[in-house]
Amino acid sequence: MSELFTPHMTLLILAGAVATYLTRIGGYLLMSRLKNVPPRVDAALNAVPAAVLTTLVAPAFFSGGIDVTVAMAVALAIGLGFSSIPMLVGGWIAVMVMRHLVG
Amino acid sequence: MKSDYTEGLRGSVPILVSTIPFAALFGAIAVSNGQTVGEATLMSAIIFAGASQLVGIELFGHSVPVWVIVLSIFAVNFRHILYSAAITPFIAHFSPAQKALSFFLLTDPQFAQTLTRGETGKSVSFAWYMGFATTIYVGWVGVSAVGAGFGKLVGDPRALGFDVLLPIYFMGLVLGFRKRANFLGVVIVSAAVSILAQKLVGSPWHVSIGALAGVLLAAVLPPKPVTTEAGPEAETRA
Repeated sequence: MSELFTPHMTLLILAGAVATYLTRIGGYLLMSRLKNVPPRVDAALNAVPAAVLTTLVAPAFFSGGIDVTVAMAVALAIGLGFSSIPMLVGGWIAVMVMRHLVG
Repeated sequence: MKSDYTEGLRGSVPILVSTIPFAALFGAIAVSNGQTVGEATLMSAIIFAGASQLVGIELFGHSVPVWVIVLSIFAVNFRHILYSAAITPFIAHFSPAQKALSFFLLTDPQFAQTLTRGETGKSVSFAWYMGFATTIYVGWVGVSAVGAGFGKLVGDPRALGFDVLLPIYFMGLVLGFRKRANFLGVVIVSAAVSILAQKLVGSPWHVSIGALAGVLLAAVLPPKPVTTEAGPEAETRA
């Protein structure tokens, strides 16, 4: 109980760290083997950030509950005209109002 | 160079608002799933990828074979392959050792901010990159340790409204890419497929599946002819 590290869990963590590092360096290793980037690969890479980040947003937006949906809609409206800090503040206020005042 | 570092340090402070509750939550869950405080801290320090850490300890609690857990961690982190491919052109000037360290520190916000910075024409210096990563790393590892130490003392992030901050932060980043070719199509397809995948396959697979659908759409659509009005996108990856 008082020990800081157990062999089994430590091994698992080390293996997980290696697996994670492989994903982080993998795209670089693939890219550095491509001399000229074909247009379709370029278009695909261009779409990566919006595609990945959307998958972190959409499920919360549509199935996170009405309070989350309202907060995110407010943040989206703010985001069309302002930067991320007003978005975060506006969305946070909206969710607190929904949860503690509207019920 | 020093100012680049401090600019980076400051630049990622807003990210702490969402990182700190998540790190505290991870620490608390890790300890309640049988990890020691040392192990929870080590996990945050060398894996440094929250969702996959939670998946790892969750599966460990179900006595799944180690190789299955490691494969799951790999799958959850699969998006980093796309990230590292996409930022490669912007950190080409880093030395091999700098690249090795930079890729270790490659997280969702690090990726998005590096890409945004690179494409708006600001230089992505090693000092800036390290500054931006330092705030996130120190916050993540430090608060994981504190969360593990205090265990159940961590409050409910929902009551404090912290749970909406991460999706809103990511939504702001998505909006930042709205001038890009195929933006609307990619967002709609990724959103639809990720929601479907979350229902049919489950989290966190919906991230990789949804993203892949959006990326495939962009690859399949006819490439835009390069005109004089193509904007900065056409030149950044000459």
